[in-house]
Amino acid sequence: MSGQQDFYQALGSPEGPLPTGLHTWNGSDPGRRFAVYRNNVLASLIDALADSFPVVQALVGEPFFRAMAQIYVREFPPESPILAEYGDRLPPFIRQFAPATAVPYLADVAQLEWLRIRAFHSADGTRVATATLATVWADVEHLPDRRLTLHPSLQLIRSPYAVVSIWAAHQGDCALTTPHQIQQQLASLRLDSPQQALLLRTGLTVDLIPVDAGTHGFITGLQRGLTLGEAMAEASQQHAGFEVTPGLTLLIQQGAVMAFSDPLTH
Amino acid sequence: MNAMTQHELLSAASSFQHGGVMPLRAGIGLKPEHFIEILETRPTVGFFEIHAENYMVDGGPFHHYLTRIRELYPLSIHGVGLSIGGEQPLDKAHLQRLAALLDRYQPELFSEHLAWASHGGHFLNDLLPLPYHAGTLQRVCAHIDQVQEALQRPLLLENPATYLEFATSDRSESEFIRDILQRTGCGLLLDVNNVYVSCINHGRDPYAYIRALAGLWIGEIHLAGFARDWDAAGDPLLIDSHGAPIAEAVWHLYEFTLQQLGPAPTLIERDQNIPSLATLCTEAQQAELRLSGVACMQPRQTAL
Repeated sequence: MSGQQDFYQALGSPEGPLPTGLHTWNGSDPGRRFAVYRNNVLASLIDALADSFPVVQALVGEPFFRAMAQIYVREFPPESPILAEYGDRLPPFIRQFAPATAVPYLADVAQLEWLRIRAFHSADGTRVATATLATVWADVEHLPDRRLTLHPSLQLIRSPYAVVSIWAAHQGDCALTTPHQIQQQLASLRLDSPQQALLLRTGLTVDLIPVDAGTHGFITGLQRGLTLGEAMAEASQQHAGFEVTPGLTLLIQQGAVMAFSDPLTH
Repeated sequence: MNAMTQHELLSAASSFQHGGVMPLRAGIGLKPEHFIEILETRPTVGFFEIHAENYMVDGGPFHHYLTRIRELYPLSIHGVGLSIGGEQPLDKAHLQRLAALLDRYQPELFSEHLAWASHGGHFLNDLLPLPYHAGTLQRVCAHIDQVQEALQRPLLLENPATYLEFATSDRSESEFIRDILQRTGCGLLLDVNNVYVSCINHGRDPYAYIRALAGLWIGEIHLAGFARDWDAAGDPLLIDSHGAPIAEAVWHLYEFTLQQLGPAPTLIERDQNIPSLATLCTEAQQAELRLSGVACMQPRQTAL
């Protein structure tokens, strides 16, 4: 076995044997020294998850979060040195993590925090020019045949729980919001009311914009590459009383539309 | 081996002239919590250093602020993810991302570590130690050749803080580093705190370590704080925590380093318990006072 394979395996198994060939100047037991490396690897990765999922940590408390994150780190170590990409599998991990079932909305809050990170670091984009918008709008006949290029930061979330309200209750000035106040706010929420939202970063901050279920379906369709007409039809079919105007207006006003396809090219 | 010659590296070094040569001043790590304050107050500081991997994202505020700050200050890019000391081949995708980042920001300095951080496709997020012998020397040099070829610029290699040594090591760390620099033409990022931490941890004299580096190209110096622990025999075990002010013993070793090896741009490293921007700048000024004292006394050391 190679030296680093040996070292690597010992790092990941705290109860396992030390790698062979370690040397200490004073003949002391190398276990104590090797523990520094074991701790650095584990603690730094748990810290990275705590940085990325602060509301999840607030909801379950630091001891529970760190214990859960430790199991996640062992099961899904990072595959890249870019730690902004680490944690993508935490939401599905939480969903099947038995000790967390007492907090049924935890996985969805984790998903919301993960999407915020993706939106935060996503590529930048430029909103469609006003002149283009005027031309597209004037050609009403072809409007349903057009596809939209949406801003790369645009993310959508949908949950059977009030995830947007739960997340929002943990924002703001921590000095002014005590854990007790957060508990009170959460207690007044109906946690099992479904919520949908759109996440978008056109400037330097990520906006979290609640939308109705029909609008969520409509924008999801556009993101999948449906034409405006197809996305409208699908949303109307699945959501009684769907209105296209609020969603389309929202996308355009927020700068989430970067381009319209030419209807003649397909 | 298709290594660049030292001459080619030096001409490459003088050709990446966005901001030119890093000034002989003290800098601090760039932290997102300080972005806005830096742009608003323009603190007096010699340069900023970033961790390369934190900026390997597509867009957003990190690039927005770094672009603006880079227009105002010299920049050092410090990688933590290449795993130059790794037994496995370098991650070519990561090397490409690094090349793109350096191309975009044209930093005055680029550095990486004498350590390994990845294995079996997993990133361990720590700088792990390696034995020092002919086999590891050859591997490390081949990796550095590959990096310098890909990036078309010289690398500064940082000496590690270590807690363990290996029975297979047959030479000292300073000898190993000297051989690497001579074979690859790379420079040394001398982390004075790491020298102190490693020497205490292995029962050696940190001043002798510094003296053994005489004549080498020191492209940058790092200073940081450590935490104290004890090994199984009750001897001190210092931990390179980057979470405390610089210790008095490390300031003394820094002064000795400047006298022995000459001045070099110096970074105050702080990654944990990050204090206010003003506190970091004050620490940088303490380094700069010592630096300017020595810089006045002797000409700048060059790579030749």
